[in-house]
Amino acid sequence: MALVKQGKIVEDSFQRVTDEAIPTTGAVLVDLATWQAQREQLKGRAEPVGVVLKSDEHPEVLADDLPGLALVALDFPTFRDGRAYSYARLLRDRYEFTGELRAVGDVLLEQLLYMQRCGFDAFEIESDDPERDFETALADFTVWYQPAGDDRASALQLRHRR
Amino acid sequence: MYRYDEFDQQLVDERVTQFRRQVERRMAGELTEDQFKPLRLMNGLYLQLHAYMLRVNVPYGMLSSRQLRQLALIARRYDRDYGHFTTRQNIQYNWVSLEDTPDILAALAEVEMNAMQSSGNCVRNITADQFAGRAKDEIEDPRVWCELIRQYSILNPEFAYLPRKFKIAVTGSPNDRAAVAVHDIGLRMHHGEDGKPGFEVIVGGGQGRTPVIGKTIRGWLEPEHVLGYVEAILRIYNMYGRRDNLYKARIKILVNAVGIDKFRELVDAEWEHLRGGELTIPAEEISRIHAYFAPPEWEELPDGAATLAAQLAENETFAHWHQANVSEHKQPGYAIVTVSLKAPGREPGDLDADRMDALAELADRFSCGELRVSHRQNLVLADVRQDQLLTLWQALSALELATPNIGLLTDMIACPGLDYCALANARSIPVAQDISRHFIDVDKLQTIGNLSINISGCMNACGHHHVGNIGILGVDKRGKEYFQLTLGGASDQQASLGDRLGPALPQDEVPGAIETLVDTYLGLRQDADETFLETYRRVGITPFKTAVYGDDTSPRRVA
Amino acid sequence: MPQIVTANRLDDGRVVFLTASDDWTADINGSALAANEEQAAELLAAGARAEAACVVIAPYLIDAEAENGQIRAASIRESIRAHGPTVPYGPPT
Repeated sequence: MALVKQGKIVEDSFQRVTDEAIPTTGAVLVDLATWQAQREQLKGRAEPVGVVLKSDEHPEVLADDLPGLALVALDFPTFRDGRAYSYARLLRDRYEFTGELRAVGDVLLEQLLYMQRCGFDAFEIESDDPERDFETALADFTVWYQPAGDDRASALQLRHRR
Repeated sequence: MYRYDEFDQQLVDERVTQFRRQVERRMAGELTEDQFKPLRLMNGLYLQLHAYMLRVNVPYGMLSSRQLRQLALIARRYDRDYGHFTTRQNIQYNWVSLEDTPDILAALAEVEMNAMQSSGNCVRNITADQFAGRAKDEIEDPRVWCELIRQYSILNPEFAYLPRKFKIAVTGSPNDRAAVAVHDIGLRMHHGEDGKPGFEVIVGGGQGRTPVIGKTIRGWLEPEHVLGYVEAILRIYNMYGRRDNLYKARIKILVNAVGIDKFRELVDAEWEHLRGGELTIPAEEISRIHAYFAPPEWEELPDGAATLAAQLAENETFAHWHQANVSEHKQPGYAIVTVSLKAPGREPGDLDADRMDALAELADRFSCGELRVSHRQNLVLADVRQDQLLTLWQALSALELATPNIGLLTDMIACPGLDYCALANARSIPVAQDISRHFIDVDKLQTIGNLSINISGCMNACGHHHVGNIGILGVDKRGKEYFQLTLGGASDQQASLGDRLGPALPQDEVPGAIETLVDTYLGLRQDADETFLETYRRVGITPFKTAVYGDDTSPRRVA
Repeated sequence: MPQIVTANRLDDGRVVFLTASDDWTADINGSALAANEEQAAELLAAGARAEAACVVIAPYLIDAEAENGQIRAASIRESIRAHGPTVPYGPPT
């Protein structure tokens, strides 16, 4: 499993922890229940904090907390569960989250482009050569009909610019 | 009709390249079937009983003669010389191989066609009235909106993994020929209070094992907001639709579970955020798309009514065909012709490659080089001069494509059934064939009048049996095929679901039961203008039930 | 009832049956017959190996009857798979 950001493998600086064993130092990624139970302590930490949401946990529950979060990870329990695409769009467009938005779980290469278009900028990928596969997957399409959470111009915009 | 520009072409070409690589990875064992299946489905490739089946999109049913010729070429080169037109206005090939599929997709791309999202849990082909742009009762051409929604939905990154498939249909006429009430979203054009045309938005209709007539979520929507409002619905569905049970995942289940009022609240709250945003369709884009559907330059023709009347009086067979298969065109001197793919004893919706070529030729000669596929599995030539109807009819007759039965009892919808389909419980095609051979007398058919028979080989209802005036559902009873009849279904502006008539019948009793139902109707109708459906709605099911079953409605014993 | 193993070939999707020599044939009469559960499990294991080798997709056991050297699938569905649609199709002959 590799974490890919901006096309490069990067070291995951976040330690994924459960409620009992939150280390005193270092960046941590906690689940929603832990966040809600220990919000004040976690907010007081010097290092970055992230929250991972399951696919049935709507990001609205984090709306007020987002300015204090460095990372939101959205879980794909199976690649067929597409809820997190909408969650990502809401996090970016509606709740104006600017931190890292990470796709975790059953993340298929074929889906990276869709995820990126919806606002994800970090991806946990299972692959022998994550950087090559990431690059290949992102090169699949250069034309898009519709606007999404990214800055790619839609065909409509390009047509009317001619 | 719509033509690809460099953007459309690039996108489709890139899709072919992507799928070619995916097929190579599958053949090399880099992808398992579990991983590959959703990828092939998103490209319309199923594995059916006998082979792979490829479903090709015919966007809202529009085909050029050039495209139809290419479909014929594909049928010859990669399949067994035929294709099957479906209730979603698409065409299916039944015998393709996996290795050939990228080449088939490339051949489709050459003529501005594709198979993207013709399967999978995403927005499928947008369907429409097959008389779009030509119907006399039309308010606005629905194809403009279909094309805008098509583009919006293709490769939409947010909605590629919905809980389940999603079907959208659009009608621009008050007389609904697109069955919009039984779609996930149905859009019905009508005049608002100030006279401006807009859409009634219907949501949560569908067939399958839980048939539901859609409910109105918004009485009137400005057309330029159609994408934003569709996005609001899709987003709510994507986030809250059930994903734990395949059979409860369609939007109709969500709408029914929370109730239409609560569902409307959710959608409208989302819509408030989206309204006026980047999905608002600019006026210049609407006119740009509109221009593609501008009608041909019709000739100012002298009124040919007298000549046509004389031809009809002289030729009874031509008159029968004209009566059933020719519809009124909005331009004087022109007519809309429906080509029946329901010849007696044939499979509804099938067309062989030679006839595809021949019809492409006739479209060029008689109808501006365009055809349409109807959701009732027929083809339409929409711009035929009235004074050429006789010549066209003669040409169609020579091709055995002049069966005079549109809207009549033998104009049946039938799914492929157990002869092809991996999901089916029973064979649909033999039942359709039995019925079409049983009711061969044209005079009798015309006396019976409008009557739709829809046949599905299983409860997934691809043959629309719930909304047939007479519905026939194939069921499996301890390894034997039986057929359950329903009465009173309709898919038009007064859509309704059929009522179960009684215990399922063995196949050989179905044509006789249909005859009994028809005779009962003929005996009960008030006059020749009262249709089967009207009589049924007036008198109810009891006389029909008694006529078929007598007093014995206990389940048939399986021999 | 005896059982045989059937699947669809990966490359062209055609219906095939597992033979006694661990090969696949389109002719149901060439199928290897399993007379008991143990033999059925062996055939299915051979099918799974062929699936892993990208020869076939989703092999499974079906009930079949053997009589006078002819093998007949027990269900309508499997009989249609073995012999094709029961209705004429394609260009009229």
